[in-house]
Amino acid sequence: MTRTRRHALLLGAAALSVALTATACSSSGTEDSGSAKPASNADIQAALNAGGEITVWAWDPTLKKVVSDFEAKYPKVKVNLVNAGTNNEQYTALQNAVKAGKGVPDVAMIEYYALSQFSLAKSVTDLSALGADKLKGTFTPGPWSAVHAGTEGIYALPMDSGPMALFYNKEVFDKHKIKVPATWEEYIAAAKKLHKADPKAYLTADTGDAGFTTSMIWQAGGKPYTVDGTQVGVNFDDAGTKKFTTAWQQLISDKLLAPVPAWSDAWYKGLGDGTIASLVTGAWMPAPLASGVKAGAGKWRVAPMPQWNSGEDVTAENGGSSLAVMEASTKKKLAYAFLKYATVDEGAQTRIDAGTFPSTTKQLNSVEFLNKKDPYFGGQRINEVLAKSADDVLVGWSYLPFQVYANSIFNDNVGKAYVSGTTLQEGLKSWQDASIKYGQEQGFTVK
Amino acid sequence: MATTTPRVGHKPRTARHASASSGPLVVRPARRASRRKRRSATLTALTVIMLVYTLLPLAWLAINATKTQKGLFDSFGLWLDGDFALFGNIADTFSYNDGIFTRWLLNTVLYVVVGAGGATFLATLAGYGLAKFDFPGKKAVFATVIGAVAVPGTALAVPTFLMFSEMGLTNTPWAIIIPSLVSPFGLYLMWTFATDAVPKEILESARVDGAGEFRTFFRISMPMLAPGIVTVLLFNVVATWNNYFLPLIMLKDPDWYPLTLGLNSWNAQASTVGGEAVFNLVITGSLLTIVPLIVAFLLLQRYWQSGLSAGSVKG
Repeated sequence: MTRTRRHALLLGAAALSVALTATACSSSGTEDSGSAKPASNADIQAALNAGGEITVWAWDPTLKKVVSDFEAKYPKVKVNLVNAGTNNEQYTALQNAVKAGKGVPDVAMIEYYALSQFSLAKSVTDLSALGADKLKGTFTPGPWSAVHAGTEGIYALPMDSGPMALFYNKEVFDKHKIKVPATWEEYIAAAKKLHKADPKAYLTADTGDAGFTTSMIWQAGGKPYTVDGTQVGVNFDDAGTKKFTTAWQQLISDKLLAPVPAWSDAWYKGLGDGTIASLVTGAWMPAPLASGVKAGAGKWRVAPMPQWNSGEDVTAENGGSSLAVMEASTKKKLAYAFLKYATVDEGAQTRIDAGTFPSTTKQLNSVEFLNKKDPYFGGQRINEVLAKSADDVLVGWSYLPFQVYANSIFNDNVGKAYVSGTTLQEGLKSWQDASIKYGQEQGFTVK
Repeated sequence: MATTTPRVGHKPRTARHASASSGPLVVRPARRASRRKRRSATLTALTVIMLVYTLLPLAWLAINATKTQKGLFDSFGLWLDGDFALFGNIADTFSYNDGIFTRWLLNTVLYVVVGAGGATFLATLAGYGLAKFDFPGKKAVFATVIGAVAVPGTALAVPTFLMFSEMGLTNTPWAIIIPSLVSPFGLYLMWTFATDAVPKEILESARVDGAGEFRTFFRISMPMLAPGIVTVLLFNVVATWNNYFLPLIMLKDPDWYPLTLGLNSWNAQASTVGGEAVFNLVITGSLLTIVPLIVAFLLLQRYWQSGLSAGSVKG
């Protein structure tokens, strides 16, 4: 209890928090007033029967159908689904609303890397008291540990997950007789071979992406971030980080990375015409490939993520998001009922059918899911590879409680390595210094 | 030589002009000659470079609006693709997401008509008042206006958000319209313009004839201020039409988005899992978005030009 209070005070000073008086086990608001004891299933059901209106901020398009199904099942409930902007834009809006104390939605979509920023500020509710503590085992370990945001509380329910894998263009690989790399050493060799054979083609594109870099360090066993209450450590000098920078630096120095920013039209174009031949990214990638890279249909395949040591099976997560109930919500039980519907009950399957990658063990292990042949990937059973990766995620990774800010300054620091003589390791050092400085300004004890 | 050359050149040119138009013949040859003298190769080259630099993105936009999403990826950026999909793209832009583009367009028009129109009206009233009437505290008003010109709107956006949130105005059209009504630069421009464009003598004679101040303003001063008003209107229309940051902060409900935010949200879909990349619609939508601005410029251009020169002639 003291620790959570200290968090609240600390971030209150950082002007992020409104709910200073609200603590983990007592909730405020009209619907819940006076009920300090945990809500039972019956309480949640009662809230559903009573009905009401909740507002959900999310940019994930798969939620549209979930909302209409939910409203059909519970006719008294009205859900306003609002796309308040994609990731950073929405976080800024959310923080503004929390700060203003008005216009805060009941439910918000928050990516895993950003969650602790909101949980530490007590902007989101600890869902343990609403019944989320009984959901252990429902979700795969990676996303489940992510929604704890480094504490004992449960600050959101996982919507999807992003265990990493290697997506590659088989046509290009076959044409240049490149073997699918099983290790990073082979990956770099493949990058050299491909670019030599076809100077227009690159094995992959990277212009500096915080999410990708941290995920790669994660897989390499690096732990640059340590978080213990308000004590935060940032250190990119560990062995895991160096494993990654040493390898990746070769690709940067030899100009073996396509100079194309991810998600741009040029990037989509490259993925379609074979000039960007592979991607190491999260398991949610099949949907964007199928919808945005129609020219690649039938050519792409999925393979396990390359390993640092031959024969190992270690992966990391990249991306993924959760749904949280805002502390300022006055309809927490109803909000939680929607959360559970969308992430555990019927909604989970609805969203998987629309292309998200599951975070629930039930769906992940279902025979139907594993055996599904994907026509975009030439009929390959890609879910077998992706589900295996979900099992192999290295545990123990944590993000900073101000990761959204840190990521926003990634390119100012590490981005230099991609365009100038600075090395990747030097770039990370400068990112580390900038992150430490910001953390101290926010009232954290930073080592 | 120096005196004969222009004289020789004058004759046929004057004759040509006489047949082409019945404008004042005396002035034109003289202006031609002086323009000719100032022609410089460096300047011409620079102008051409600037012209290409300005028009290239526009050309790119126009060309690529004719392509399908696939064509966009497969073809050269500055040349047409095989199939011409402009009309299909326009139809898709208006029908995508249940036709929300039309809603965004109407929102933008609302913000521009009420916001920019209101701002121009207020700036005219205030600028005229400051230029033509003496009252205590005028210097303080002047200092405030000049100071306000110096503060970028971006810096005011967050405090404005907090204030509006307190008043319960965020997520409503008022959150865009009310801040748009304030245009310190427009006020300053109108002030300067009114000082020169409306002679004191005319106002005095109107007063002697018994016209009230409002009647004098609307009947006598307004027509003389017209070029200035159009100039300020154009500035405000462009600023409101292109406004991005203020709506971004104020609005969360896509039903109230202006075009700028709406198109950005379509563009952001490309980086969303399960979202659809609709680059062809974003490009076509952008083209459609700038068309009204181009039309406004073409229609108001002549008023605007005379407005710009009015001050210099009087000065």
